[in-house]
Amino acid sequence: MFTRPENMRMYWKELMHQCVEIGIGSLGIVIIISFFMGAVSAVQTSYQLVSPLIPLTTIAQIVRDTVILEFAPTVVCIVLAGVVGSKIASELGNMRVSEQIDALEIMGINTKSYLIMPKIAACLITIPMLVVLSMVLGIVGGRLAGAATKILSTDTYDMGLILNFVPYNVFFALVKAYTFSFIISSIPSYYGYYVKGGALEIGRSSTKSVVVSCVMILFADYVLAALLLNK
Amino acid sequence: MIFYNPLKYLESKKNSAGWRIWGMIEFKNIRKSFGEKVVLDDVSHVMETGKANLIIGQSGSGKTVLQKCLVGLFEPDEGEIIYDGMSFTDMNVDERKELRQQIGMLFQGSALFDSMTVEQNIMFPLDMFTKNNFRDKLKRVNEVLARVNLEGVNKKYPAELSGGMKKRVGIARAIVLNPKFLFCDEPNSGLDPQTSMVIDKLILDITREFNMTTVINTHDMNSVMEMGENIIYLFEGKKEWTGNKKDIIFSKNERLNNFIFASEFLQDAKDMRMLEAKGKISDDRDMDELLKGDKLD
Ligand SMILES: Nc1ncnc2c1ncn2[C@@H]1O[C@H](COP(=O)(O)OP(=O)(O)OP(=O)(O)O)[C@@H](O)[C@H]1O
Ligand SMILES: [Mg+2]
Repeated sequence: MFTRPENMRMYWKELMHQCVEIGIGSLGIVIIISFFMGAVSAVQTSYQLVSPLIPLTTIAQIVRDTVILEFAPTVVCIVLAGVVGSKIASELGNMRVSEQIDALEIMGINTKSYLIMPKIAACLITIPMLVVLSMVLGIVGGRLAGAATKILSTDTYDMGLILNFVPYNVFFALVKAYTFSFIISSIPSYYGYYVKGGALEIGRSSTKSVVVSCVMILFADYVLAALLLNK
Repeated sequence: MIFYNPLKYLESKKNSAGWRIWGMIEFKNIRKSFGEKVVLDDVSHVMETGKANLIIGQSGSGKTVLQKCLVGLFEPDEGEIIYDGMSFTDMNVDERKELRQQIGMLFQGSALFDSMTVEQNIMFPLDMFTKNNFRDKLKRVNEVLARVNLEGVNKKYPAELSGGMKKRVGIARAIVLNPKFLFCDEPNSGLDPQTSMVIDKLILDITREFNMTTVINTHDMNSVMEMGENIIYLFEGKKEWTGNKKDIIFSKNERLNNFIFASEFLQDAKDMRMLEAKGKISDDRDMDELLKGDKLD
């Protein structure tokens, strides 16, 4: 009756569970920050562009490009490094310290792959989606803020949006999103999985993993920009 | 090449009645140290099938480390561990994984998955390793829950259970796949004497019923006296004494005596037993007199 391991289904179940936890779990914060980032960048750009020679559509262009190039992928991922990263590190750390990982190991389960792979995969699936959502919401936020503060009408804004649009930027943003997703999931997994000690160490390693992931994100951001945007 | 596949090998040792006649765990000259500190020093013993094999010793004497070495959660620095003639030490990852499907373990802190309900916890090994449908699995879960006298907690989370209930869920999860080897690390630490007794009885019953090889870490005297059939006493990482519960009473080993009969009360109890065995106290006449005295008050 009790035969060979047939755990693909369990891996799938775990993956779906993690997608919900990570994707849906951080949806709220992503919506809020993206919207306000877009709004603020619209207002600030108009404040900085004092010359009457520059057309108003430029504001929309600048909002669009900063949101797509930097705000949506990098800022959102740094926030997610805090939200998702600390969650992953403390979840695994808790499992390690309370011997749950040992319990899985004793059952004959490959804990590294069962616990870590679905988390990394879930991040790779959901975080780029969140980044795309963030791009849209950032741009919408700028549009609404522009209209609300009477800086530029929504028509002008829409016109600006399609002016000189470079699809490559979206591709670049997605490359960043995938890279950062991997950083956000793998570094905290490592720190969490190898925790030694007790509750205090869980907290410490989760903080450390967030700091390290943030630094890695910024570093990767620079490297990618140098590699992919250098004409 | 049957020897390279532990499960097949173990399966081949079933006799015609389906009884599995194997299950010995032998370990030889186990040595383990953490840094400078030597935790296990040259420990050898044989754990027998169908019996509760006890590892006893003071707190910090290396019981948990020994048990974790036996199941491979720690790698011993030296020595060999043999499961039924096969060297566990020499097995590769896959062979160990297969053998581990025959192992159930109750951890000192229960180690329940706290994101899952009791039912999901116990069903987890079934989900992982069987192809049964949900109904069969649920039936099995309820079966083992009934076995540990815990019904109607299926939907509770581990955080909502008491320590003793967690231990029992831990046992249920450990035995759900009918393991051949059961390891229990202090199954009754932190429990009241009565609940401890229930859990001890339970483990003993299951061991007998399924003819398992059960290894129990304990420093609880009641358990030792209740189920000590094959006891190994560790003192500062060394095997100091071995025997069964009857041997304990007549043992002349000073350290063991101090450990087991730590209180004056227990020391008296031991002396009584000694006298009784030597025929110096005839029967329960003395008890009757004592009781009479009680009633006069
Ligand atoms: N992971 C570890 N790293 C370093 N030292 C350890 C580790 N685990 C255990 N030790 C040391 O090994 C010794 C034996 O510990 P062990 O947990 O086996 O004791 P025990 O007999 O199970 O005690 P208790 O009855 O309190 O559970 C202790 O001195 C402990 O400090
Ligand atoms: Mg212990």
